[in-house]
Parts: sequence; structure tokens; C-alpha cells
Amino acid sequence: MPAVIRFYRSTIGKKIIMAVTGAVMVAFVVAHVIGNLLVFVGPGALNHYSAVLKANAPLLWFARSVLLASGVAHVVCALQLTRHQVDVRPVGYARYEPQAAGIASRSMRWGGVFLFTFIVLHLLHFTTRTFQPVPLSATDVYANVVTSFRVWWVSALYLVAMVALGLHLYHGTWSVFQTLGLNHPNYNPARRRFATALAILVYLGFTSIPIAVMAGLLR
Amino acid sequence: MVWRQPNASEAGGFVRYDARDITPEMSFLEMLDVVNERLQQTGEEPIAFDHDCREGICGSCSLMIDGVAHGPNRGTATCQLHMRSFRDGATIYVEPWRAAAFPVIRDLVVDRSAFDRIIAAGGFISAPTGGARDANGVLIPKDAVEEAMDAAACIGCGACVAACPNASASLFVAAKVTHLGLLPQGQPERDRRALHMVLQMDAEGFGYCTNHAECQAACPKEISIDTIARMNREFARATLTVSDQPGRSQGTG
Amino acid sequence: MDLRSRIPSGPLPDKWDRHRFEMKLVNPANKRKYQVIVVGSGLAGASAAATLGELGYQVKCFCFQDSPRRAHSIAAQGGINAAKNYQNDGDSIYRLFYDTVKGGDFRAREANVFRLAQISVNIIDQCVAQGVPFAREYGGLLANRSFGGSQVSRTFYARGQTGQQLLLGAYQALERQIGAGQVRMFPRTEMLDVIMVDGRARGIVTRDLVTGAIDAHVADAVVLGTGGYGNVFYLSTNAKGSNCTAIWRAYRRGAAFANPCFTQIHPTCIPVSGEHQSKLTLMSESLRNDGRVWVPARKGDHRPPGEIPDGERDYYLERKYPSYGNLSPRDIASRAAKQVCDEGRGVGDTGLGVYLDFADAIKRLGESTIRERYGNLFAMYERITDENPYRVPMRIFPAVHYTMGGLWVDYNLMSTIPGLHVIGEANFSDHGANRLGASALMQGLADGYFILPYTIGDYLATTKLAPVDAGHPAVAAARSEVDARTRRLLSIRGTRTVDAFHRQLGKLLWEHCGMARNAAGLQRAIAEIPALREEFWQNVNVLGGGDELNQALEKAGRVADFLELSELMCIDALHRAESCGGHFREESQTPDGEALRDDGNFSYAAAWEFAGDGKAPILNKEPLVFEQVALTQRSYK
Ligand SMILES: Cc1cc2nc3c(=O)[nH]c(=O)nc-3n(C[C@H](O)[C@H](O)[C@H](O)COP(=O)(O)OP(=O)(O)OC[C@H]3O[C@@H](n4cnc5c(N)ncnc54)[C@H](O)[C@@H]3O)c2cc1C
Ligand code: HEM
Ligand code: HEM
Ligand code: SF4
Ligand code: F3S
Ligand code: FES
Repeated sequence: MPAVIRFYRSTIGKKIIMAVTGAVMVAFVVAHVIGNLLVFVGPGALNHYSAVLKANAPLLWFARSVLLASGVAHVVCALQLTRHQVDVRPVGYARYEPQAAGIASRSMRWGGVFLFTFIVLHLLHFTTRTFQPVPLSATDVYANVVTSFRVWWVSALYLVAMVALGLHLYHGTWSVFQTLGLNHPNYNPARRRFATALAILVYLGFTSIPIAVMAGLLR
Repeated sequence: MVWRQPNASEAGGFVRYDARDITPEMSFLEMLDVVNERLQQTGEEPIAFDHDCREGICGSCSLMIDGVAHGPNRGTATCQLHMRSFRDGATIYVEPWRAAAFPVIRDLVVDRSAFDRIIAAGGFISAPTGGARDANGVLIPKDAVEEAMDAAACIGCGACVAACPNASASLFVAAKVTHLGLLPQGQPERDRRALHMVLQMDAEGFGYCTNHAECQAACPKEISIDTIARMNREFARATLTVSDQPGRSQGTG
Repeated sequence: MDLRSRIPSGPLPDKWDRHRFEMKLVNPANKRKYQVIVVGSGLAGASAAATLGELGYQVKCFCFQDSPRRAHSIAAQGGINAAKNYQNDGDSIYRLFYDTVKGGDFRAREANVFRLAQISVNIIDQCVAQGVPFAREYGGLLANRSFGGSQVSRTFYARGQTGQQLLLGAYQALERQIGAGQVRMFPRTEMLDVIMVDGRARGIVTRDLVTGAIDAHVADAVVLGTGGYGNVFYLSTNAKGSNCTAIWRAYRRGAAFANPCFTQIHPTCIPVSGEHQSKLTLMSESLRNDGRVWVPARKGDHRPPGEIPDGERDYYLERKYPSYGNLSPRDIASRAAKQVCDEGRGVGDTGLGVYLDFADAIKRLGESTIRERYGNLFAMYERITDENPYRVPMRIFPAVHYTMGGLWVDYNLMSTIPGLHVIGEANFSDHGANRLGASALMQGLADGYFILPYTIGDYLATTKLAPVDAGHPAVAAARSEVDARTRRLLSIRGTRTVDAFHRQLGKLLWEHCGMARNAAGLQRAIAEIPALREEFWQNVNVLGGGDELNQALEKAGRVADFLELSELMCIDALHRAESCGGHFREESQTPDGEALRDDGNFSYAAAWEFAGDGKAPILNKEPLVFEQVALTQRSYK
């Protein structure tokens, strides 16, 4: 069997793919949150930033394709692994008391499904603009963001999704190190701290936008 | 409340037993002995459970006690658990390890032979009797031996599988991959070992690891999930480099 | 009965080499035509099965646990001896040999012990090659400690889990052979009889503990590595499943049972806490390297240990045996503990305990050093007793630990049944009347890795064996006997549980055939055991069926055999009217209460022969000849 197929067929192989693609997406999300925070600098900054990105078509499409591939691979592996998982414990426990696993690690699968739904909606919303809770402009990203988040349920949707994202990142970012075997006793505590900090910062970064809009700070 | 099941093919269910005359000094298994003694006197068949050494080293004993593998105390096998850890009058749920790869044989006894097959697939160093060189001929740093020993302490009890929400055997496999992979003697077969053990683990129908760390909490020998990280790393390298043709393989095993 | 020891001629150091040359070899191409059965997957059984598999024989290996890795050897804590002299402290093969013969109170065979000491060095090499993580120094060399009555540091160890690590090494080697198809493993399968054809062992009858199926397995040779029978006392440090069934069934088929009364009582175990006690836990002997043993000097002194001033303590081992002190050999330390408890100076609620105190060592070395050395043992103690041994002294008491007796074997490890080999604790071994600490692991692995694989080849190469198949009448007869016995146990449906009988037998034996024995007590036991056995067969209550997992039935079969063996132990103890090693006859002691040997009358191995149910067993003697060592009265003063 070719080595790559053998790798892919194994559970650890698929997990590694999930970790790598997850890490790519984490990197995107970090960049995305930083970019989005330009909204606080002012309409000009955000719109300029968006325009610059769009002006660089080859780069943009390259980044988009990496991201898309990652997303697809991530989801496909998640589905396949989850299917592998279905029969591993045919009779469950009458009582089960988790000792270590928290809500974050146990919500990865359903959280992932929720994130998936969110991302599709989000793309339809801001990127393709097929889903328009309010009329959206092709160039004024700032206005799109602010007007959309004035609709309470759009904000609510985003805020809930950010909880899912935060949890996914809280466990996922730490988990990447573990899955990829990046561990050393001297640095292990730092992995946890890094993941926690990243999850919190990303969560705060994203949520600050709809909250600021609702609070009338951004208009 | 104890899970009773006559055999692998018939369905089981919980039965409530009153454990009377229990003292705090008794071990959990001695409590079961007392219950069994009474059951037999009343003509009921005793509860079957695995045990042998009763000092936490053979890995025979199992039991999910109140939803926790090996009961409430950390770093403790069921046989080392004492009744002083329970409230008088408490209802205790006792269940077998549950995993597709560990089918129930009877009551609380399960079949863990999958672990043996994983070891047979590669959990060894090929060192046929007689060919060894002087034991001091290989220098091994103390730290490496100590770390290897931490992993080698695995008793093969299966609590990691039982506790894992995914019924994954990762900690068990990783402990062996780590033990042998850290030692100079283990180097020649390092890649093949990781590869074959993991493939066998998958084939046995264990779940995969999503890094819940429940296994580490349940492990009576407190083996760290760092070993799982190491296994992933070793496997990644091995699966991409070891060839299927023995003649051209990377390892020599 | 043929008790020829088959010790090779020539000077002691050359015997084994010469023998290896003289033995016939099996043609490598023919090895796969031979079937060998190995019963037991402990250090002895697993190492033998793996090595035989490597050599090319077709091997079947059996154990009653669910995995070969769980054999009782896994529980050994302290370490394994080898005459490596890595510490440059004056050790040598000869010294290990001498210490073992002397430690065994001159009741072992010289040539075997010498071979054991020779092979000890290869064992360590072999185990390291397999990946056994023995403790090391910072420079990367192997570490050693001194252990149980030895003045040199020759014990190799892997924390307090030496047996586990050695067994995992052998188990992994075994699994490798299983994976390669050379060995077929039968876990959860109990051997219940030996199949004899033309006076030779040609197979075994087993019960599958899951399905209850009773099967016959035929082979060209049978090896028993089924461990010791300490559980005859009910309470012992052995695993709950350890039993005598395999060797007892072989004895009944004609294998001589040697020195059954030689049992070792280990001085450092956690005292009994109540009636419900199901087993005793050993605290490794290595603790005696730093702990000091004492009891209050005054009888009935119930103050907490911390309040008893040094002047009112009796460090009785240091007082009685100044040169060995707390490291005196096991039999001596155990008996001394019994003595002070008999005097009413024992500690704890039951008065059956003595202190093992680390206060001085902690003062001298610091708590962290002690924690590093014994941390896991201290934790184990605390878990069981709920007392913190860093603060209060441990309480310890002797417990049954090891059986030096076992099936008689010649130099080739073959019993008096041709084709039936016995290895490890199951044979009457190289430890004479007392085993030194860290020597059982050494013996088990010497037998399994390095001796049996050679000698069994010689047997196969020099013996013409007629083919036997499963249809042979002897096979069918043995099977139906086992079947009938199983059915009989299930049909009694009396009123007492198996454990109740076992407990009663244990108490009886501990009282009369325990740490100190006398003729009157032994005679009482010999009278009472048959009555108990009778009651067992009338009144035992084994529920459930034979064709399912039935743990009560398993126990019943084992206890039925213990009920027979115990009688033989008492008969042996009664006949040996001397004190030697672990066998202390109150009638035979020196004026200051030490064991007194009687070399004139008892310098032999007592090999008992089964004469039939209800008949007295026949005593055969293998005289022990000492060419190298001079017999001395053991003194550790
Ligand atoms: C608590 C403890 C600590 C010890 N510490 C040390 C130490 O530090 N150093 C040292 O040198 N020695 C030590 N010993 C002694 C040593 O562990 C044993 O003597 C030795 O391990 C025995 O090995 P074995 O292979 O002969 O038998 P075991 O390991 O007892 O194996 C017996 C095997 O036979 C199988 N078996 C038995 N009966 C049957 C049957 N009827 N059918 C099928 N299979 C059967 C069992 O399943 C098992 O696989 C210790 C012993 C104890 C109890
Ligand atoms: C598109 C929808 C998504 C789905 C369905 C999904 C699903 C999952 C699932 C099921 C896991 C597995 C948990 C496990 O098995 O360990 C996982 C892990 C992970 N996910 Fe996602 N996820 C999605 C999106 C994302 C996004 C957007 C990111 C990053 C921002 C991300 C980052 C990660 C990371 C880092 C891991 C950890 C991988 C590891 O365990 O090593 N995922 N995801
Ligand atoms: C408050 C939170 C968020 C805001 C305000 C926001 C805003 C935007 C906007 C305005 C765009 C369109 C940019 C453009 O086309 O010019 C966009 C694109 C995108 N966003 Fe978000 N986003 C948020 C959260 C997220 C999250 C949590 C994810 C993923 C988990 C995400 C993933 C994406 C993706 C994949 C694109 C498409 C990028 C591309 O065009 O290639 N966004 N986002
Ligand atoms: S890793 Fe721990 S829990 Fe798992 S089998 Fe080994 S000892 Fe048991
Ligand atoms: S609990 Fe299970 S998910 Fe992984 S870290 Fe342990 S195997
Ligand atoms: S019975 Fe041996 S580990 Fe519990």
C-alpha cells in the first residue's frame, strides 16, 4: 500500500491532517480577527484593507484555495473519523463521570457542525452577499458590518457562533500540539497557556465588533 | 448496583445488592468477596470479576465504579481501593469496562486480548535469547531510563480505554511505543513498532484519540498523555517512511 | 523411583559447559516437527516458551489469567541477583553460588546452584537487550543495590517493579513468537491433568475457563512453569489465583514432590487487619536497607511509637545479629518477629506486628532521598493502612511468600516422569530450605531462557516417541477423569463456600506448619486435614454450571488440591526432625534459640511419591553431596 494512503487510512494519519488543516484555519482566524479589528480604526482603514486584499487577486485566490482545501479536508476527516467512532462503544455506561475532559473537548464534534453552518451562512452573508439581512454594498465593507450587526438577531447569531469558535479553539489549538507530537515537559504548560490565550483573544476580538455596534459605539 | 450478564450473547442489566458487614479497612474487592459469600449462601451465583495480584500490578482488576474507571482515587487500581473512600450507605454503581474491542464475557469480566494482539504486532524488541552483549555495553542516560520506566509501568489494565469517551487505546499503545522508543536498544525497530502497533490498534476497533485526557486521569500508573504525543510523532514518521517490502525497509526488525 | 540427579562429572565450574557439549542436538530442520507444551507464562514459562519458539519448536503455552502478562511474577518488587560484580565490591560467581547454598541452609544441589550463578550474568544481558529499564547511574551504567542478607550489591532493579519489567520483557518476546506463529497462546485456560502414554508425559488436559470446554492437547514434551503453592495457607503474598493444581496433578501421575514443607515466610508484609482479609501485601525487603526494626522493650507498652524513647525500644535484629542486623536473612528475621510477638511485645491492634522505622534514615539522608528510593512502596503502604510512613513507623509482620518445595527435577530440570519438565518456582529449585531475596527471578529466567531450551532438546533428540493423537485411549481416559471430577464438584451443592474451606485450611496450616513447627502440632494437622477434605467433598457449595465462566468452580478445583497437598506438607515437616532454613522444628534448636540442622540424618532432598488415594506417600531420598562447600552452622551474628 502506498505510504500516503496508509497514512490517510489510519486514525492518527487523519487526525494529523485535521490538526494541520485546523492550524491553517487558526492562522486564518487570527489574521481575520486582526483585520476585522480595523473596524475600530475607522471606515477608511477597513475598506482600504479589503480593497488591498481584493486588488491582489492571485494572492487572494491562492489563500482562498488553501483555506478552502483545509476546510474541506478538515470536515471530511472529521466526518470519516466520527463514523469510525460510531461503533466503538455499543453499550454505554449507566453512569459516567468525566474526570478531565471539559465541555471544550467534548463539544468538538457538535461545535464543529455548528461552526460549519455558521461559516456557510457567513460566506453567504459577507462574501457572496446572497444572504442579505440588510442591503449590502459591494465595496463598503464597513457599512455592511455595521448595518448588519444593528439587526439584533444577526449579532446574536454571531455571538453564539463565537462561543462555539472559542471552545473549538480552546481545545483545538492545544490539541494540535498533542496530535502533531509537539511536546516537551519544559514547554507543555506553555501549550495550554498559549491555547487559552489565543481562544480568549480571538473570542474577545470577534465579539467586540457586534457588541460595539449594538452598544452604538460603531456607527 | 452491579451489572450482571450471564455471557457475551445474552443481555445484561443492573441488580441491586446490599453489602452488609463492610469495614473501612476492606478493599473494594474484599467487599465484593463478602457480597459473593452471602450470595452463594442464598443460592445465587457469585458476581464474576477479574482479579489476581490484588496489589495493583497485574492489571487484572477493572471495574467502572460510580462512572469512574478504577474508582474515585487517582493513581489507584480497583484492588487498591478501600472502602474508607466511600460513604456508609452509599449506592455504588459497578459496571464492566465498556468498549467494542473489550466484549463482556460475564458480569464484570471483559475480554482484553486485543491488547495482547497489539503487543504481538510490534510491541517488543527482537532480541532472541543468547545474542545479547554485556549489559553495561550500552550506556543509557539515567533520565532516559527513568522516562522509559514511567511509560513501562503500564499494567495493561484497560482503564484508559474504559475511561476514554472515544474508547481509544491510545494511552496503552503510546506507553509501549514510548518505553521501547526511548531506549537505545529499541531504536532499530522504532519505526516499525509504532507503525504496526497503531495499525493493529485501529484494526481491533478501538476509537481514535481526540485528546480528552480522561485516560491519563484514570490510569492507575498515572501514565502521561505526553506519550500519546510521542506516539503520534513516531507514527507520522514511520507511516510515511517504512516500506512494506521487508528487504527495503527502514527498520531492521 | 529413579532419583538420579544426572549431575555431569568434572569440576564444578566446568560441569554445565561440558554438559552442553555432551547433550544431543535436535537437527534444526526437525525442530518444527516437535510439539512442546509450556504450562505457565510467568518468568519461567514465558521465557521458555519464547526461547523454544525462537529455536523453531512448535509451542503451545497456557495460563489461567486473561493474558500471559499477568502471571504472578509480575508482582515481584525488589530485584534480581547476578554475579556481575559491576560494583567492584568483591562479588563473583563463586560468591553468589556460596551465598545461595549457605542461604539455603545446605539443602540444595551444589551443581545446580553453581550453574545458576554462572548463568545469572547472561540473564541481565538478555533482559537489557529486550529493553528492561533497569535503574542506572548518571553515567549510564547499571545501578545495583544490596538485598536481603547479602553483603555485596548484586541486585539489579527497576524501581519497585522489577518482576513486572522482567516479565514484560519475557512476555514481549513471547508475543513476538505468537505473532510469528511459532507459539500458540491459550490464556484463560487451566491445566487439570497430565496425559501419560507409555510412562511418559505426552500432553495435558485443560479446561477453557470461558466456555468450560475440556480439551486434550498432546505433545512430545510438557513443561510446567506454574509457580508456587504458597496460597495453600489462604493468606499469602501470592496472587489470588496462584495454585498447586498443575504440579499436584503431575504428582498424582508419578512425579516426585520434593521438600513440600519448605516454605518461606517473608518478614516484611503489612499485618492482617481483619477476618475479611483476602491476601497479604509484601513490602519489599529493600526497605530493610534503611529501615530499622524494633518493638517496645517492655511487654504491654501501648504508647504510640513516637512517645517511646530510644532507650525503651528493642532493636532486636541489631541486638541479636550485630553483623547483619536489619539485613538478616528472611527466615531469621521472620522468626525473630514471631518471637517478640509471642513475648507480648508486638504492636498494632492485634499485637501481631513490629515497627519498621525510617526516622533515622530520614534524618540521615533527608526525606527526598527516601522518597526517591521507596516512594512507591510508601505510597502503597499508606493506601492500604491509611498511615503515613514518613511520619509514623510502618507496621510489618511475616507472611507466607514463597515455596522452596516443588516437583523434584534432575539436573536437566526433568521430573521423575520422563518428558515432564518443571521450571521456576514450581520445581524444588536451587534454594534449598530458604531462598535469598532476588534469587527467584534469577532462577525462573535461568531455567526458562538458558537451561530448559537446551536440556529439552537433549530429551527429544535421544528419545523415540511413538505418535500419539487425540484419539489415543490414554487421552480419552484423562479427559473423562477431569470431566467427572468437574461434574462431581458441581453436583455437591452443600452449604459451605469454597473460600470458607480454604480459610479454615489456611488457619490450620499456619498454626501447625507455619513459622515454627513441632511434632504434636503436625500430628494434629495430619489428623484434621483429611477430615476437612472429607467435609469439603460432602458439603462444598459450587453454584452455576461447568460450561461457562465459573470462578467458584475454578477455586473449588484448586482448593481440593490444596487439601491434599497440605497433608503432604505436614507429613514432610513431621519427618524432617531437624531445623533448616524456613523449616523450624521447635525440637531442634541451639541453646540460644537458633535453628539447629542435623546433617547426619537429613542431608537429603525428600522426594515423595504418590502411592494412591488413602495410602501414605512413599519417601525417597536424594542424598546431597557437597564437594565444594563445607557445611557450617549458619550464623549471621
Ligand atoms: C509479592 C512477591 C514479591 C516477590 N519479589 C521477588 C523479588 O523481588 N525477587 C525475586 O527474585 N523473587 C521475588 N518473588 C518470587 C518470584 O516472584 C516468584 O518466585 C517467581 O516469579 C515465580 O515465577 P514462575 O514463573 O515460576 O511462576 P509464576 O509467575 O507464578 O507463573 C505461574 C504461571 O503458571 C500459570 N498456571 C499456574 N497454574 C496453572 C494451571 N493449572 N493451568 C494453566 N496455567 C497455570 C499461571 O497462569 C502463570 O502464568 C516475589 C514473590 C512475591 C509473591
Ligand atoms: C468547518 C467546520 C468544522 C468542523 C466540522 C470541525 C470539526 C472538528 C472536529 C470534529 C474536530 C475533531 C476533534 C478531534 O477529533 O480531535 C476538530 C478539531 C480541530 N478543529 Fe475543527 N472543525 C471545523 C472548523 C474549524 C475551524 C474553523 C478551525 C479553526 C479556526 C478548526 C480548528 C480545529 C483544530 C485546531 C482542531 C484540533 C485538531 C487536533 O485535534 O489536533 N476547526 N474540528
Ligand atoms: C464578528 C465576526 C466576524 C466578522 C465581522 C467577519 C467579517 C467578515 C467580512 C466582512 C468578510 C468579507 C470580506 C470581504 O469579502 O471583503 C469576511 C469573510 C470571511 N470570514 Fe469573516 N467575520 C467574522 C467572523 C468570522 C469567523 C469566526 C470565521 C471562521 C471561523 C470567518 C471566516 C471568514 C471567511 C472564510 C471569509 C471569506 C474570506 C475570503 O473572502 O476568502 N469570519 N468576514
Ligand atoms: S496505560 Fe494506564 S490505564 Fe492504560 S492499560 Fe496501561 S496502566 Fe492501564
Ligand atoms: S481519554 Fe481518549 S481521547 Fe485521547 S487523550 Fe485519552 S485516549
Ligand atoms: S488485581 Fe492485580 S492490579 Fe488489581
